[in-house]
Formats: sequence, structure tokens, C-alpha cells
Amino acid sequence: MCELSIHESGERQVTSEPLLVLEHVDAGYGNIQALDDVSLHVKQGELVALLGANGAGKTTALRVISGLMRPRKGRVSFQGRDIARAGVHEIVQMGIAHCPEGRQIFARLTVKENLRMGAYLRRDPEGVARDLEWIFEHFPVLRDRLSQSAGTLSGGEQQMLAIGRALMSKPTLLLLDEPSLGLAPIIVDRIFKVIAQLKEQGKTIFLVEQNAFKALEIADRAYVLESGRIRMKGRAQELMANEDIKHAYLGG
Amino acid sequence: MQRKGFERVSGTYLLQQLINGISLGSIYALVAIGYTMVYGILRLINFAHGDILMVGAYSALGLAMSLHLPFWAVLAGSMLIAALTGVLVERAAFRPVRGAPEEVTMITSLAVSIFLENLGTMVLSPQPRKFLVPDYLLVIHNWGGLTFNNMTILIVVLAVGLMLALTLFVTRTNLGIAMRASSENLQAAQLMGININRIVATAFIIGSGLAAVAGVMLGGQYGRIDPLMGFVPGLKAFVAAVIGGIGNIAGAAVGGYVLGLAEVLLVGLLPPSLSGFRDAFVFIFLILMLLIRPVGILGSVERGRA
Ligand SMILES: Nc1ncnc2c1ncn2[C@@H]1O[C@H](COP(=O)(O)OP(=O)(O)O)[C@@H](O)[C@H]1O
Ligand SMILES: [Mg+2]
Repeated sequence: MCELSIHESGERQVTSEPLLVLEHVDAGYGNIQALDDVSLHVKQGELVALLGANGAGKTTALRVISGLMRPRKGRVSFQGRDIARAGVHEIVQMGIAHCPEGRQIFARLTVKENLRMGAYLRRDPEGVARDLEWIFEHFPVLRDRLSQSAGTLSGGEQQMLAIGRALMSKPTLLLLDEPSLGLAPIIVDRIFKVIAQLKEQGKTIFLVEQNAFKALEIADRAYVLESGRIRMKGRAQELMANEDIKHAYLGG
Repeated sequence: MQRKGFERVSGTYLLQQLINGISLGSIYALVAIGYTMVYGILRLINFAHGDILMVGAYSALGLAMSLHLPFWAVLAGSMLIAALTGVLVERAAFRPVRGAPEEVTMITSLAVSIFLENLGTMVLSPQPRKFLVPDYLLVIHNWGGLTFNNMTILIVVLAVGLMLALTLFVTRTNLGIAMRASSENLQAAQLMGININRIVATAFIIGSGLAAVAGVMLGGQYGRIDPLMGFVPGLKAFVAAVIGGIGNIAGAAVGGYVLGLAEVLLVGLLPPSLSGFRDAFVFIFLILMLLIRPVGILGSVERGRA
């Protein structure tokens, strides 16, 4: 087993310090209000899920955090600093990696070049090499496809590349937008296993999912978004047992 | 008449036209690369790009007359001044309309083009000026009926050398790969921590520098330059970029050579009475190419962005 450098300690420890905080955030497109008074937080070392149906506003929430979109109202802070007005590349520099919905890998670049772009801001070649090893160990198929253009990968392989690419920036906080979208159950299991491993190794993760069951299985806590508003929140096990959640999202 | 027409398509004649076509194509390719790089990243059709070629040519003239620098230094200096002009134009005119619909940015670039041409006419006078290059560049070679001068050799060697350097840049360096990534998906590129303003500036620097080389080469070949000299080559290089598949750097180079060769061969093979319609044939050629392959020779079908 190689040493893990993807995260700092190798020991999972949830602190009481909130790493990411959203307070009363409104955001939207034209006259569509996609987020309505959203407040949430993610603590260091936690895996927090954001659940909700299609169109609930989950992607918008991630876009606001990574700076792709400005909130109309409210505060977004990371490690105590207000980031609501920071540029996207500055937010990456601060330690947030956003693995976007629909993967958005660079199809005409090779797998290797995609991973290299993930590490664009890093200046520690040894650390980059170690993280690359970690990614190959968990997604061996990427090593085999290294010099292929990423557009030739299957959907599942592209998702693995997208997650690997996001990890290459060695983020303090990893944002994942529907990593299960459009993938076969067996691939979804593989990917969720790796997400769970990242959590066990202490990585802080904010996971957006429509697949509530899979997400609650690995999450510490979760928020449920409905038409841009937080409808429910709580510990993952409690939500899993909740009748409303079972009815609305778990097909029970 | 018939006899004369037959003689005109002899092997030597064709070879000569091939040389002329490659030389013209080199110039189109150099200019087309700037169009395509900027379009790839910003979806901006920069009609002012041809006028940067003119800025490059006049900068070279100014440097040669005022500082009496050697030719290579004049060329390098003109690339530098054109690059600065390109960056300045981007900051002043294109950045404020970034993200606006394509027709808005296109009209902005037309305005910049008209502005640069009028500024040139006012400040530099509309009169063409003599553009002298060192005598050694005008030495003519005659190889079995084929004639070309050192200028022709320099154009082709410089164009190919610069394009090879650019290829190394976009495949081997972080900044170059980031440029290709940005051209494919600007939003995902930002999520990698890539500063888009830096990428855009780099595209304008490279594109404008290459256009300056084309301007100096055109000036050297015709022996004179004028403030409107960028218009026609700019338009044709745009055609070349479209033929090659706009947004694709290799495509722009291929498109440049295809267009240069097609133009010279068409004009050469047509009866002299029709050769005045040279530019009309270029555009007929564009239309035909786009009917056959709408995305261009090396263009990819998915041009939308996520
Ligand atoms: N680019 C856009 N332009 C206009 N409306 C949008 C855009 N993206 C999302 N929306 C709308 O915002 C709301 C929230 O969308 P989104 O955040 O993508 O939801 P989710 O990720 O939960 O499916 C939806 O009503 C959606 O239609
Ligand atoms: Mg979504």
C-alpha cells in the first residue's frame, strides 16, 4: 500500500470547526430563483450530502460555492473567509475542488493531460506524483488509458477521471455533483466505494446526489433541498429512517 | 489560344504555382492561427485581427527607419509591438463584452477593425509606403525554370518553424495545455484553477505576434505597405480558419495552406480574363468546402460548450 497524500493525516477526525458555511443564500437565473434562503455547513472531515429531486437547486448550490455563480444574497465562507466575491481560480487555490455535473472532462485532451490540468496550480511534483499513484490504485483503468484522449473513455471511466482530476488539486474540500448520474449500478458501487474510502482517510466531502439511498449510506449528515429551500436536515441514519424521506426519495 | 492554354499547365508551371501557393498559404496559416485561438477560447470572431498584421508591418518599418536594427531584430520588435497592441485591444474592447452574445462581440471586433484602419490612415497617411528588406532576402534563385527569392524561403521556414514551436507549446507546457482545455470547456478549465484572463492574454499575444510576422512578410514581398493592407489577408485567413475547422489550431494551419494553394492554382489555371475575380473564387471555394464539410477539415462536430 502506498502512502496517502491525498489528505493530510490519514486519520479521520470530525472537528467542530465548520470548514464551509452558507448563510441565507439566494441565487438564481433571470427570474428563476434556484436557491431561497439556504443555510448549511460542512465541518472538517465530514461527508455531507445534499439531496433533492431534479431541479431542486443542488447544482446551483455547488456553483455558488465554487464561484461559478454569484449569490444574490447571503454569505459563503470557507475557513472563515468570505468567498462569495472571489474568482473561480482563487477559490480553487484556497482548496476547493468542484467535480461538476456531467463530468465535463476535456474530451480532446488525453487522460494524462486531464489529470495534469487537475494539478494545474500545484508546485510540489513529488506530492503530485504520489496523488497520481493513489488515483491509479483506486481507478486502475485510468493508468491503462493514460495516453488515450479522454473522449474515448466510457461514461464510468469518465466519471473516475473527473473525480481523479478534482483530487489532483489536493483539495481541502471536495464538491461532487451527482457522480452516479447515468451510470450502471456496478460502476456506481465502485465509485461510491472510493468516495467512502476518501471519507475514511479524512477528506472533507460535500456530495450532491439524486440517489438518496446511496448517498445516505456513506454520509455523516445530509440536507434535503426542495424547490431551492432546505426542507430537512439531520444525521444520515435518522434521515434514512424518516418516513417522509423514505416515501419521497427512497421509494419506500 | 488553345495552344497557349496548354503550355500554361506544363509541369514546371504547376511546380512554380505550388511554390507560390505554399508561400501564400504560409501567410494565411500564420494569420488564421490567431483567429482560431481566440475563437476557440472566447467564441469571438475577431475581425480586427487582420489590422494587427498592419500594425506589425508599420512597427517593423518604424523600427527599421528609426533604430537601424538588423532585420531579425526588426521582426522580433514588430512581433512584440503587435502582441502589446493585441493585448491592449482585448483589455479595452473585448473584455467589457465578454460573455455577450456572439453577434455583439463580432460587431465590437468590426468596430475595432474600422477604428484601427482609420487611425492608421489618419496618423500614418493613406499613402502606401516603401517597405524595404535587406538585399540578401531579394536574391533570386532560378532552378530549372522555377524562380523564387530568399524571401519566399524565409516565409515558409519561419511559418513552419513558428508552427512547430506553437505545437510544442500547446502539447508540452502547462500553459499551453491549459489553453487547449480552455478552448474545449471554459467553465471546467476555470474549475482547474486556470485564470482565464491569463489564457486569453496568451492567445492574443501569440496570435498577434504571428500576424506581425505575416505583415512583415507581405510587406517584404510587395515592397510596400498601407493602412488597409490587413483587410484582405485578414478576411482570407478567417476563411482559412473556417475551412480548417474554426477553434482548431492544426486546422487553421491546414486551412491556410489549402486556401493558399487553391487560390494560386485556381488563378493560374483559369483563363487570364477571369483572374481578376480571384477573391470571388476564394469565397466560392469556401462555400463549396462548407457544403461538403460544414465543421471544416479538422473541426469536430460538437462545437457547443457545456
Ligand atoms: N443555466 C440556467 N438557466 C436558467 N435556469 C436554470 C439554469 N440552470 C438551472 N436552472 C434552473 O434552476 C433550478 C435549479 O437547477 P439546478 O441547480 O440545476 O437543480 P439540480 O441540480 O438540483 O437538478 C431549476 O429550476 C433549473 O431549471
Ligand atoms: Mg444538478
